[in-house]
Amino acid sequence: MRVGDHPILGKVEWGKKVTMIVDGHPVEALEGEPIATALLAAGRRVFRYTTKLNEPRGVFCALGRCTDCVMVVDGQPNVRTCVTPVRDGMVIETQVGLGQWCYSKKADKKDG
Amino acid sequence: MKTQGEEEGIRTTGIPSEEELEASPGYPKAEALRKGPIVVIECVQDIPCNPCEAACPKGAIKVGDPITSLPIFDAEKCNACGTCIPICPGQAIFRVDMTYSEDKASVSFPYEFLPLPKKGDIVQGVNRAGEVVCDATVLRVQQPKGFDHTAVITLSVPKHLAMKVRSLKRRKASIKE
Amino acid sequence: MVEPMNKVKVAVVGAGAAGISASIEAARAGAKVVLIDENERPGGQLFKQIHKFFGSEAHRAGIRGIQIGTDLLEQAKEAGVQIRLNTVVYGLFAEKCLGLMCGDHTEELQADVIILATGASENTLAFPGWTLPGVMGAGAAQTLINIHRTLPGDRVLMVGAGNVGLIVSYQLLQAGAEVVASVEGLPYIGGYGVHASKIRRAGVPILLSHTVLRAEGHESVERAVISQVDKNWVPLQGTEKTLEIDTLCLAVGLSPLAELAWMAGCQFIHISPMGGWIPVHDENMQTTLPGIYVAGDLTGIEEASTAMEEGRLAGLAAAEALGCLSFEEGAMKKAEVRERLETLRIGSFGKGRSLAKKQILESRGTV
Repeated sequence: MRVGDHPILGKVEWGKKVTMIVDGHPVEALEGEPIATALLAAGRRVFRYTTKLNEPRGVFCALGRCTDCVMVVDGQPNVRTCVTPVRDGMVIETQVGLGQWCYSKKADKKDG
Repeated sequence: MKTQGEEEGIRTTGIPSEEELEASPGYPKAEALRKGPIVVIECVQDIPCNPCEAACPKGAIKVGDPITSLPIFDAEKCNACGTCIPICPGQAIFRVDMTYSEDKASVSFPYEFLPLPKKGDIVQGVNRAGEVVCDATVLRVQQPKGFDHTAVITLSVPKHLAMKVRSLKRRKASIKE
Repeated sequence: MVEPMNKVKVAVVGAGAAGISASIEAARAGAKVVLIDENERPGGQLFKQIHKFFGSEAHRAGIRGIQIGTDLLEQAKEAGVQIRLNTVVYGLFAEKCLGLMCGDHTEELQADVIILATGASENTLAFPGWTLPGVMGAGAAQTLINIHRTLPGDRVLMVGAGNVGLIVSYQLLQAGAEVVASVEGLPYIGGYGVHASKIRRAGVPILLSHTVLRAEGHESVERAVISQVDKNWVPLQGTEKTLEIDTLCLAVGLSPLAELAWMAGCQFIHISPMGGWIPVHDENMQTTLPGIYVAGDLTGIEEASTAMEEGRLAGLAAAEALGCLSFEEGAMKKAEVRERLETLRIGSFGKGRSLAKKQILESRGTV
């Protein structure tokens, strides 16, 4: 749920609406907001499942320290959704366990 | 401050007890309340804090040094302008007018929720524990820029509840999208 | 790729209340300051504090934290502080060398003086169901509602009635959530009574000598079971109550984020009421390692106002150490800050912290 008006912070000037694809479904988001808040606003609280016990996890610290909120973003697992900004067309998937690391062309070009 | 086994008061309920209020130099005496509108300061803990002192244009509030001192209220100097009400970071200052009418008193309090009521609305007056104690009419809603988003709402309430009513029951806000 | 080492006069790690304040003082004295923060926006916890601050006029009493944050950033900009965001300081190595990481790029930065102002992290409480989505830190809820304007849920149980628990409960109400109850294990409210009064007036019950036993729900929090506890915090049989909630916030204390001071080899002291392990510092906020200073919640959990003052003290001391401030001017300015700090550490809420700070100063070389 978005807090459109607030007694201290006033009315929000919502930014540009974009679309992310979450587990195959289009979900509206605001450009630049953390992926996690877009998901929460869309009513989605389960972001991943743990490796051994397959337990649901979601937002816990909301500022990038605990890694409970990680999901697979544009093919990369273990992305902290609470500190990663949304871009139009971003592909978000529920992460299961540690996810599958995949190498990109960009990674191949790096030293070391 | 008291420790375990202490009587019910602000530390054990979040609500100042009658004893704590009466012992506070910010709380007006009964005679002052009878004379007309007056400010009621319900500050009972030694928090380092003194913006009320500087805010009062009449010098009716003294905190001094150390700034943990409870504010000393001079009812004689107070003209009930209410400038102190929105400035208190603890929202512990109110204004009461026992002489408002034959059977009603007015109570003013700081309020920082949406939706704000409008003059003339009938709302539910709540006591310090958030319990509804009466219906109340909104006499005034002040929220000038200088109050920095803290509204001061004035309600008319049955006279015997003037020292009980300290807010209004929040209504459902349509602020979510 | 490792780039050649960059050098700087003053590096401040953490752009919160303490870090920005330290940067301003050092820069105003003429030192070149780089202020580094891992977040995409500076301000630390300040922009989440939408309530009016206490203290005196010098502490900006009556002004909201958000305004104070804006003013501080303006002052930092005017003073010429260089701010680097989205940059993690991942290490503090020999010879005051910092390891920085920004995206995929790493570099080393050597400073003549380092001021660590890395703040604190929220503690947690483990109980059955604590990993369910919907259980989060109170600070996390505060970040979501005040920065991102998104509610984590509709019906909240707040665990902990210290200042964070009380303030965030109030802010959740302001954002439109219902706070079903605040539970606190102690038999008294640890936070300011006035914060408790605000939520009591708004209808939120505060249950003392209570704790949360478990959170339940299919895929996320749907209810919580609370119970009364005795004076040893042991749950009392037969006092369980089930609350229908969707969000459970934990406001159970903060702990200093002291990894950089640890790895550098600073001396530490353990003081529970201040959050645990504290890097030992002197009256100039300098640690046991020359040239490394600390300020803010990193040096013991207090408030934004003390963080700003400690930051100022560290910034002034750093400027003095670099020769940007004369001994006389430095002494005078530091004395003013110390006097203001003292006024914040008195009374029932402050004297314990004052004692702890004295303990820190006295422990140098003895712990």
